[in-house]
Amino acid sequence: MIKKKQYLTNKMSRYSRHIVLSEIGQIGQDKISNAKVLVIGAGGLGCPILQYLTAAGVGTIGIIDFDVVELSNLQRQVLYGTSSLGLNKAIAAKAHLQNLNDAITINTYPEKLTHLNALELFNSYDIIVDGSDNFNTRYLVNDACLITNKPLVFGAIYKFEGQISVFNYNNGPSYRCLFPNPPEKGTAPNCSEIGVLGVLPGIVGSMQANEVLKLILEIGNVLSGKLLCYNALTCETSILKIKRNALAVSAVLKTQHNFKNTQIETGCEIQVANLNIQDAIAQENIQFIDVREAHELPKVTDLDITYLPLSTLETNLHKIDLLKKKALFCKSGMRSKHAVSVLHNLNITNCFNIPQGATEIINFIKERNKMISNAK
Amino acid sequence: MRINIKYFGQIAEVTQKEEESLEFSGIFVSDLLNSLFSTYSELKNTSFKVAQNQELISNTTKVTGAEIALLPPFSGG
Repeated sequence: MIKKKQYLTNKMSRYSRHIVLSEIGQIGQDKISNAKVLVIGAGGLGCPILQYLTAAGVGTIGIIDFDVVELSNLQRQVLYGTSSLGLNKAIAAKAHLQNLNDAITINTYPEKLTHLNALELFNSYDIIVDGSDNFNTRYLVNDACLITNKPLVFGAIYKFEGQISVFNYNNGPSYRCLFPNPPEKGTAPNCSEIGVLGVLPGIVGSMQANEVLKLILEIGNVLSGKLLCYNALTCETSILKIKRNALAVSAVLKTQHNFKNTQIETGCEIQVANLNIQDAIAQENIQFIDVREAHELPKVTDLDITYLPLSTLETNLHKIDLLKKKALFCKSGMRSKHAVSVLHNLNITNCFNIPQGATEIINFIKERNKMISNAK
Repeated sequence: MRINIKYFGQIAEVTQKEEESLEFSGIFVSDLLNSLFSTYSELKNTSFKVAQNQELISNTTKVTGAEIALLPPFSGG
C-alpha cells in the first residue's frame, strides 16, 4: 500500500511539469498514460520520437525494427552507444527507454513490418508513427493505417530537409492523397547511402512526437491536411495544404481483403553485384542464402545454407545475418538477383548474387573436395 | 505575371537553386512544367508534386498564383 502511494507520488512528481499546464492537467496526463502508440523504425526519426514519448509517459509503446545498430548510425540515432553495436534496434532502444521510464509498457517487435503482420499489429495501437526509411514501408504503413483507420504521424527526411504531416485523421487526407503512388524506379532516391545532417531527424522526430501528444491530448491544431516542410540550412518552414483524394483512399480500402497477398514493389533500380562461387566460398564471414522454393532440388550440401524462398522472403528477414556478407543463389541467378534488389530496397545491404546457380555450386564443391582428397 | 518558383529536396539539386522568379501569363501548370523541363532536362526523371500558393494542385490547373512549389517525396528516416 505504501509502495503504491509512493509510486503515485512519484508519478505526480515525474509528470508535474505536464500536470501544471492547464491544457494538460491530471486528466491530460491520464490520457497520455492510457495511450498506445506504435513507432515504425527505431532509427534517426524513431530515436527522438521514442525518447520523448517515453519521457512523456505514453502508457504503451510498440517498437518495430528488424535492423541492427551499426557504427554509422550513432551520428544521429541518439538512443544507442557503442555497447549497442550489433544489437537489434527495437531491443536496444527498449533497454535504454525502460531506464528512462520504467512505469510504461514497451513492446518490441524485432522483425520487418510486412503486409502479413501490419494489420494485426496496427489494431493493437491507437496511433501509428512512421519513422521508416524507404518508400515500400511508407506506403505499407499508410495503407495499413487507412484499412485499420488509425491516425498516422508521418515524418521523412532528405539531407537537410524534412516533411511532417498527420494523415488519416478525422477523414483528413492520407499519404496517397499527396503522392498517389511510390515514385517510379530511378525518379527519387530510396537508398540508405544518402547523407543526412545528424540533428535533422532529431528536429523532425521531435515534431512528430509533438503531433502524437497533440493527438492524444486533443489540444492545438493537428497537422492534418497540411505538409510541413522544414529546411535546416535556411531555417525556413513552409506549410502546404493537401486535400483528401477520395479515389486514392477507396482504391486502398478495396485491397483490404487481399492485403496480405500484396507484393512488395521495388523502389530504386540498383546494380546487383555478382560474386563468383570460388570467391564466395573463400570468404569467412559470409552467409549463403538459397532463395529457391522449398521443393526445389538439388540441395547444396557441405555448406551452411540459410533457406529463404523468394515467395516468403519478406516474412523471413530475421534469418538474415545483418553483420555478415550475404551470397544469394537460386537455380540460374535470376531470382537471386531479384532478391538482392528487394533486400537492397529494404536497406539490407552487403548482399551479392551468385549468378551460376545451385548446380554449379554443387559441382564446384565436388571438384574442390576431390582435389582435397587427392592431395592427401 | 511574375511567378516565384520554389524547389525542394532533390529538385533543388537539379535546378541548382532553391527558388527563382519567372515571367508567365495565361498558362497552365503543365505549360510551366514543360518550360522548366526545357531548362532543366533532368527534372523529367524526377518525381514531384506541384503546389500553388501553398496548396497542392494538378497539372491541369491554371497558374494564377504568385508562388509555385515543386515538392518531391522523401523516404529517409
